[in-house]
Formats: sequence, structure tokens, C-alpha cells
Amino acid sequence: MPDSGARPLEPTGVVHRAVKHDSAEKHVSGAALYIDDLPHPADLLHVFIGMSERAHARITALDLTAVRAAPGVVDVICARDIPGTNDVSPVAGDDPLFADGLVQYVGQSLFAVAAETLDQARAAAKLAKVTYEDLPPVLTIAQARAAGTVIEAAQTMTLGDASAAIAAAPHRLDGHLAIGGQDHFYLEGQIALATPREDGDVHVWSSTQHPTEVQHNVAKVLGIRDHAVTVEIRRMGGGFGGKESQPALFAAAAALIAVRTGRPAKLRVDRDDDMVMTGKRHDFETGWSVGFDDDGRLTGAAFDLASRCGYSADLSMAINDRAMFHSDNAYALPTAKIVSQRYRTHTVSNTAFRGFGGPQGMMGIERALDAVALKLGKDPLDVRKANLYGPAGAQTPYGQTVDDSPALALIEQLEASSRYRARRAAILKWNAENRWLKRGIALTPVKFGISFTATHLNQAGALVHVYTDGSVMLNHGGTEMGQGLYVKVAQVVADVFGLDLDRVKITATATDKVPNTSATAASSGSDLNGMAALDAARQIRDRLTDFAAQVFGVPAGQIVFENNTVRVDETVLTFADLAKKAWFARISLSASGYYRTPKIHYDRASHQGRPFLYYAWGAAVSEVIIDTLTGENRCLRVDLLHDCGKSLNPAIDLGQIEGGFVQGMGWLTTEELVFDAKGVLKTHAPSTYKIPTASDRPGVMNIDFWHEPNAEPTIHRSKAVGEPPLMLAISVFSALTQAVAAAGDYRVMPDLDAPATPERILKAVDDVRRRAGLA
Amino acid sequence: MRDVVRFVLDGEVRELRDIDPTTTVLNLLRYDLRRTGTKEGCAEGDCGACTVALGELDGDTVKWRAVNACILFAPMLDGKALKTVESLGGDHPVQTALVEHHGSQCGFCTPGFVMSLWARGREASPPPVADSIAGNLCRCTGYGPILAAAEAAASVTVVEDDPVDALKTLAKDEPLAFEWNGRRWFSPRTLDQLADLVEAHPDATILAGATDVGLWVTKQHRTLPAIISVSDVPELTTITRNGGEIRIGAAVRYSDAMETLVHLYLDHMVRRLGSVQVRNSGTIGGNIANGSPVGDMPPALIVIGARLALRTGATTRELPLEDYFLGYGKQDRQPGEFIEAVIVPEKPWRFGTVQRFIGAETERPRRAPRGKSDIYKVSKRFDQDISAVCGAFWLWIDTKGRIIDARIAFGGMAAIPKRAKACEAALLGQPWTEATIEAAVTVLEQDFQPIDDMRASAAYRMTVARNMLRKLFVTSEDERVNVLAESATYA
Repeated sequence: MPDSGARPLEPTGVVHRAVKHDSAEKHVSGAALYIDDLPHPADLLHVFIGMSERAHARITALDLTAVRAAPGVVDVICARDIPGTNDVSPVAGDDPLFADGLVQYVGQSLFAVAAETLDQARAAAKLAKVTYEDLPPVLTIAQARAAGTVIEAAQTMTLGDASAAIAAAPHRLDGHLAIGGQDHFYLEGQIALATPREDGDVHVWSSTQHPTEVQHNVAKVLGIRDHAVTVEIRRMGGGFGGKESQPALFAAAAALIAVRTGRPAKLRVDRDDDMVMTGKRHDFETGWSVGFDDDGRLTGAAFDLASRCGYSADLSMAINDRAMFHSDNAYALPTAKIVSQRYRTHTVSNTAFRGFGGPQGMMGIERALDAVALKLGKDPLDVRKANLYGPAGAQTPYGQTVDDSPALALIEQLEASSRYRARRAAILKWNAENRWLKRGIALTPVKFGISFTATHLNQAGALVHVYTDGSVMLNHGGTEMGQGLYVKVAQVVADVFGLDLDRVKITATATDKVPNTSATAASSGSDLNGMAALDAARQIRDRLTDFAAQVFGVPAGQIVFENNTVRVDETVLTFADLAKKAWFARISLSASGYYRTPKIHYDRASHQGRPFLYYAWGAAVSEVIIDTLTGENRCLRVDLLHDCGKSLNPAIDLGQIEGGFVQGMGWLTTEELVFDAKGVLKTHAPSTYKIPTASDRPGVMNIDFWHEPNAEPTIHRSKAVGEPPLMLAISVFSALTQAVAAAGDYRVMPDLDAPATPERILKAVDDVRRRAGLA
Repeated sequence: MRDVVRFVLDGEVRELRDIDPTTTVLNLLRYDLRRTGTKEGCAEGDCGACTVALGELDGDTVKWRAVNACILFAPMLDGKALKTVESLGGDHPVQTALVEHHGSQCGFCTPGFVMSLWARGREASPPPVADSIAGNLCRCTGYGPILAAAEAAASVTVVEDDPVDALKTLAKDEPLAFEWNGRRWFSPRTLDQLADLVEAHPDATILAGATDVGLWVTKQHRTLPAIISVSDVPELTTITRNGGEIRIGAAVRYSDAMETLVHLYLDHMVRRLGSVQVRNSGTIGGNIANGSPVGDMPPALIVIGARLALRTGATTRELPLEDYFLGYGKQDRQPGEFIEAVIVPEKPWRFGTVQRFIGAETERPRRAPRGKSDIYKVSKRFDQDISAVCGAFWLWIDTKGRIIDARIAFGGMAAIPKRAKACEAALLGQPWTEATIEAAVTVLEQDFQPIDDMRASAAYRMTVARNMLRKLFVTSEDERVNVLAESATYA
């Protein structure tokens, strides 16, 4: 197993460079192929899923006679046609491919139709006669709390005696915050294309972050072995967590049709069906209670987290765990009690979404600190700084020691570069002079734990071939969803061989090349796969080095791989020459690499251990303006300072920071999921669900890197960057809260929930004015 | 009559025979022509991943415009030139700039951005980049690198080879009319042909830009037995001025009406209506004809006293726009009848004292006798969002500060775009004071009982409607009330 700390690395050129995305030219020319762009195989069938129209009902009859008889229909399948197990879940075995007698959310899959055209399949599905016997649905967190329906028992994490500390504190505050969910809105919807092979095997192109899990689920549904199923993905048109567990259903349905009919089958859902059928970010309701001293330093904090998980477990256990792990955010709590309720509802099963519960977890303490500052009449930044994890080391509520916190230094750098203090003073003055518009500014930090909290997932494999012309094929278990993982790993491999990047061919992720992979998730893609690829490439380079040393009779230490050549003492030969010579000498030019994250361990029963190898840090300052007559608002300026360790690729990382921030801003402002009283999602397309547009991007956006290398021996001392920047957007929500508080002359704490739509802002404004005695 | 759709693709005339008249251009490209660079993101014209450019002959040049291929029916290509991301090769300055600025991540939206920016490059005086790409959603980048790439590309001049001659050849074609599996398509070329066809096929769908009708097919999966396209009728696609009135043909696209809309002080509202792609297809008549309760043009047009010209056969009648809307989904349009034009006064705002939302040329209201007018749109998102409430206000205040005329209309507050008559009555004859406004806002409840839906609650709609009138008042006190304006001038 490689350990870049044990063997010092001196990257020569291609790592740490702002190399463009490997597919950039293909993206802009339209040549990048997504699954729906692949040429249609002969005899292709199109699959459409028939869905439940009820949130909770018994199916007393499912008559598909007319569906079968409809023009163009070739096959119709439902629960009883499944040869294997009727389940496409990631863990718990509770996500049926087709509902069997009971439906538990509007949009749940009931049956699938395969026809010669998609229009025919869709039209045929409408002919199904479904007889429902309605059962009372549990739709909201409040209803689930009342009904006591849960995914699992409440989980508790404690550090010291928070209740006693809060009770004994000089000051106490408590409050409540509702936090909405979020649709992933990847631009490419869910899709699978299955092709039958001999022996009943099947190949599936699946737009998935987790090919191995899709493979397992397809095999499980078909009742065949994993080795009979190959899942492949070159690129996704966005994932954001929405293609971790969700693609299995579509892949399994397409695969089952393909195997039954002997014809290729494509299942591409349109935007509306995608949004109705697939899980989203969990919405939360967070109760908080804190005790603090005159400086705003917390003596204890208690959080009561409640989330809407939907009808099944999906990944909700780990997601809610991560919310608990991040309830402290960047703050050292002397005592803490975090209770997490995971409610089961008759809505779509909520799932992974960039941050994986972390963002929701952080919201509670940020709201609490804003409230503490208002109560004490302090600048919220001073209260935040008084509570940060220091460099000296402190324990988290889950028992991990935070011993290298750069939080204070990082925040003070940003405080200065953003001119936070001067701008806040100017804003206070401006607010006093303006009646209808109010401004707010806030600085919030991020501390995000890196590693899958399920320790066993922290492993990865890679496969590297060197061909005799000196070209290199790279494959690994990570998937490309736009985040630039492929190019980062290619940089690592090119660097090992001293080759130009274009000598390394990046190939589609496939379960028959690298097996038993973890999802590309938890920001772990480059940490895990970069290390595995490094291991594979080094094995080959070591063989080539030993071979060259033997042939040229020099010590291995004098052999240098650089500029597409191999320098042996005074002799320079091309990399291709060496590869060819090695092949003649019967040296293997192929290697599989492997990596597992060191040091981590976690006991879920006690919620204690070291779940994370390290933390990624960051901070953001946002300034906003609101209209107190309409609730309309704009984010005027943002300053971000984010920790990528020693960045593998600053251009790619910058894209993650900026894109993650704007996505987080959407979550907390315009993106509102609305379910009606019957559990029907009313916001299921971009006409009704509003992600940010170009004009929502703050007019001034300054982004900088915190340049400290990772203290842990990660791949070239970089840090994971996929998820953490999303949480920088909490600063926008906090700034909006400040602006609402200004409408009440900062006399009372606003009761602003997320997302802060114009409607919620106006409601909060009217409420603070009333409570402040100004209306 | 001609039964073959003919259009120009990459300089070559292409012919479509025997096609489903409601096949979208997107599906035609992706699955028939195997040009898969153009993507489907939403199939409703809201994400822009399917953006292509359509070229039309404009004298001896070609006018190109970005449109959404996902809601454009293939016969609408007739007589036009089509350009897709594949047409640009790969080294167009827009494309190289996007690469250099790291403007793509997952890349799925990228071809749509490329085409929007390409079309922007063909505009004589393009708007700010963010306006040009308001109809293109990107979920990965946060837009910064795309905006930067667009600025960089805009400074590079490219000479493009436009298919002028090919389009001129097509212009000489007979009108298009065909039948496919019992479904019919007509593209009449004269007003009389149109009138005859609508009378002969009273159940036919009258089609202009397809920004609404397109969704009947892509979202509701409806089958349309007959379609009559009004886009090739010159009388419906032109704007004329006569006798103090402006006559806007019902099929005039928003983007073609901009000069008139600027004159009418409606451009800042139209800037927030749909997106470039939607305004390049959508028409002023279509936004009225479909009777939407949340269309953004009707409230403004109602308060400036717009009238509709409706035609059946050889007969034309006129009625005030506000009388056209009868109830939800119900309009005063008889079978066989169609909207010919929208007629508005040439100087509707009297003293032109509209407070502009956007831009530097803010006109400050004068102190004495004056018109006091504005249009407000409130939605969850600023760009390309349907209004929660849209309010239009047109007041006249005499030299003694008394309100002597008042016309107020709202969208989003009722089943139809509607005048606030009780509120108007409460204002008439009263002094222009805060007390008058406060009295007037309370009677809005007599005018409207708005609904709760996914865009806004009834309570919010009512509060905002009231506050819009308050805002109209406080703007005359010279107070800052516009977050967009503050945002535009923030530095």
C-alpha cells in the first residue's frame, strides 16, 4: 500500500497545475457522449415506468391488460415478474423495484412498459387500471412525530453534561429552525441503457456515481451473480449525490426488460418524472438550546435534529449521522447533546446530496450564534471567533480530536481581505438611513469531515496499463460527474511516469475493470482513487526502473522519468522505447492499485471514534440586500477563502468552490420543494423549481485558497473539495437573517426559515417588526 | 401548396417529408439527424440545454436568434436556417473561451450556452451577458467562468458565412400545408388565407411561437389534430403606427417588438418575461390568447388601455383587452376567430413618468401634475420565473395633488389578469397621500381572493399586492426601494 508520506513525492509538472477538464473540448463542441447520445442499437426498446398516484394505499388490483395490448408494446413487467429479489435499495432491502401490493409515495414505481417508441410506452402506461384502497398518509415531520414513524431509533451523541451546563450558564437561549430540502437538478436526468449478452448476462450503461451498487442491484433483481452484470459509465451530466443510490431502479428495470426480451432497452425519464420519482436532500427541523457567558462563549449546546427521510431507509442513517457530526461546525463545544430523529414519511425516499446531512447539521449552530450575538449586542463575528476550535486541540462530540484547526487564522485573513468590519459599520449606518431596503453581512466558517463515516467504504482500486507504444490506459473506481476527478487522477498517473497528460487515456468506469468500488461520494473521489492509481502506476514504474537499472547497470536512483523520456545516467530514451524493451524482456506493464484510508475507526453504537482522516476548512463573507415590501433580495458580494490543502488542480478546485457555493445559495434561497396535502410534489420542473441563474450569482465574488498542505499524507497533500464549499453559502442565509433583523432595529431575533424565498423573508420582516413594536 | 418542410442546415437545404407535425426540433436533431450535441434538460423551454440558433432572411443578411429546440415543432423550421453546436466546429471563439476559462464541468448544459453566446455575438448591441444567458441553467459552475468566457469571446470578431442565397431560394416556396396520419399542418402566407383556414378548421390549434403550445405536446403529451401557424402572415408579424396608436401584430415576437416596448416603457418588464430564447419565439398575441392568469404582459397592457382586434372571416371586431378574459381558461374568442393585433395608444403614460427598474436612465418623477405609473413583478427568482404577483399601476394626479384617474391591474391575483376596480375607486378623487394609499390597499380584498399554490400563498400575494401600491407611493418620496437597482450599482 502506498503512503505518500513515507516516500516523499516531488511532483515535477503536471500535478498542482490548473489543467483544463479532460472533456472540456468535447463539452463545448457537443462531442462528449452521454448515455442518451450513444447510437441506438438495432431493436432498441424504450421503457416507461408506471407510477403510483397515491401517497399511501393498498393496491387491490393492478390490471395491465390494456397496457399489454397497446400499439408497439413488447413487454410489461411488475413485481411478480421479478426473477430475483424485488429490491433496489443500497442497504436496508426496503426499496422495491415495483411496489407489491402497497404504495408509499406518489411516484413510486408500479410497473414498466417496453415498446418500440417512448411515446408508445408512455401512452400504453396510461391504460393501466390501478385500484387503490387509500390509507392515511404521513407526509410531514410534524405528522411523523405525532404518528411515531421512524426509519430507526433516535440517535444521541453526547459530550459532557450539556443540560447542566446550559442550566448553569449566565445566559440561555433556544429556538427552532426549519430547513427545506433540495432537488439535485442534475441537467442530465436518470438514464440506463441495458444490452443483453450471452448466458443471460447483461451490460448496463448507467448514469451513476455508484456502478458497483447498480451492479449488485441488477444482479439481485435478475437473480444472477454479480459477475454476470457489467455496469459502465463514462460521464454523467451532473450527479451531486442524486446518482448514488437512485440509478439502481432505472438500471434494474432496463436490465430486466433486456434479459426478458433479448433486446437492448433504454430507460430515460423526463425531468418531471425524474423529480417526482427520485429522492432529494432531507428537509430538517432543528431545535437548539445554548448556554453562554457574557462574551458569547458557549458553555453547552443541545440540538434536536429531525429529518424527513421518506418512505424507506436509503442512506438516511449515514446522512443523519453526518448531520450530527456537523452540528458543532467549526466550534469547540465544552458540552453538547445532539439528538437525531429520522422520520419515516409517505414521500419519496430522501437521499445523498452534496454535504450529505452536513449542511443541515451546521445550520443549527450558526442560527444559535446569530441569536447569541443579537442578545448580547455583539458583532456575530466576535461570538463566532470566541467559539472556534483552536490549534491547541479539542474534542468533538463524537470523540475525535481536532488538533490542527486553522479556523481563527483563516477567518482573520478573510475578515481583513473582505474588509468585514468596515463594511459592517457602513451597513449599520445605511440601514439606519433607509426605511424600505435593508442590508446584512455575515461571516460563517466551515469545517467538514473527510472520509466515509462507514469506515469500510474508505477503499479504492485502480487499473493502469502501459502499452508498448508508451501510451497509458487509466481506469479506477471513481466516476466522473463533472467534478474533474478523471483529470485529477490522470495528472497523478502522468506525473508518476513523467509523461504529458495526453499520453494517459482516461477510460470509462466499469465494474469489470475495477471491482467492488465505493460510490464516488463523500468528496472522497480524488483522495481514494488518486492514491489507488498512484499505487498502480508506481508498481509499473518500479518494474521499469528495476529493469532499466539492470540493463544499463546503474543504481535505480539514477533513473529519472521526465518529459516523456527516461534518463539513465547520460542516456536518454523515450518512454515508449523503455516500455517496448521491457515487454521484450517479459516485464508486466499492467498493475492494479489499491488504497485504504489509514487511521480511521468509528463505533456507531456509541457514536465515538475517529470517523474522519482530516477536516476541510473554509469561511465566507456574504453581503445581501432585502426589500421589506416584497421580500425580494440580492446577494451583492461574496468573499470566499477555502482550504484545498495543496490543490491537485487549482482550476478544477476553484470550479468546485464557486459552483458549490452557488448551489448552496440556491438551496437556502430560491429552491423550494412544495408538496401538496396529498403528498404530490408540485415543483417538478424548472418552471416551478428555481435553481440559481447567472444573474443570481453575486455581482462581486472574490475567491481565494487557503494554501496549507494537508497535514495528513493524502494524495500530494491535497484535500477533498467536492462538498465543503456548498456550506460556505450558509453565510448568505445568515446575512439575510441579519438584514431581516435590521428591519426590527436589531431588537428581536428573526424567525427566518430556509429556503429564504421572498415570501419567507417578508413574513419574517413583518414578524420582527411586530415583535419589535415597530408595526 | 407544398408538403415538404424545407430548411437550411450548415449551408445545405434539407427536406423533411412525412413527419409528425409535432415532432420537436430537439428530437429531430438527436434521434433522426444524429446530432446529439443539443441536449434535453427539461423539455419545457426553461433550462436552455437544447438551445439552437434559427436564422431568418432580413434583407440581404440573416438574422439569427437563439431558441429552445425542445418546444419548437419541426415544421417551424420551414424557410429558416438552423445552426447547432455541431455547426460551429469546435474552435469558435465562444468555444475556445469556454475551454480556457473552465466554463464546463459536467458539460451537459454547455452546448446550450455555446449557442446562446454564439447568437449573442450576432447581435448589433447585445445586452449584458447575464441577460443573454438567463435562459440557460448550469448546475455545476456557479456561472462565473461562463460569464468570464463570454466577455472574452465577445472581443473576438468572427466573419460568418451566412446562407443568404439558400434562404432566398426557400422564400420563393409555396405555403406549407401537409397531412400526416390524419393530422394537419398549415402555414398560410396571407391574412385572408389565415382567416379562411381558421374558419374552415375552427378546432385547429393556432400556433405562434410554441412557447406554450409546445408544452401541450412535450409535457401534457396531447395530440393536436390540426395546427395553423400564424408566423408567416406579414400583417400579424409587423408593427404599425397610425393616428396616435400602435398596432402590434398578434404574432410579433417579443424580441422583434423591443423598440416599441422601450417606447412604451415596458422593456424592463419584458426583460424579466421568460428568457432570450422564450422572447425570441414567444409572441405578444400568444401571451394574451392563451388566457394565462399569470401572463406578465396583460396587466400592463390593460392599464395602458390596450384593445384587441379579433377577426372571423372578413369581419374584424375590437374590444378592450380586459374584456377578453372571461374566466379561468375562458376567453372571448369564438370558434373560427383569431387575434389579429393588439392596439395600444402611442403615448400611454402621458408624462412618461415611469420609474425604470433597470439601467442608468432613471427618470425622477416631477412634483406637479403628473402621471404616476409603474409595473412590478415579484417572483421566487428574478430571471425566467412566473410571477407570484404582477402589478401595473397608471394614475393621474392633478396640480392640486388629487388623483383624477386610476387604472390598476394585477396578474397572479385571480383566475384572469384583472383590474382592481374597488381599489381604483378608493383612490379616485382622493389626495395623493399615505392615508389615501392605506385606505386603498385595504379594499384590494374586495377585488381579489388569490389562491395558494407552489409559487406563493394567498396571504403573501395579497400582502405584496398591497405593498406594490405602497411602493408606488414611496418611490415619489425619493426613497430607495429597488434591490435590483441597488445590486446593479453595487461596487
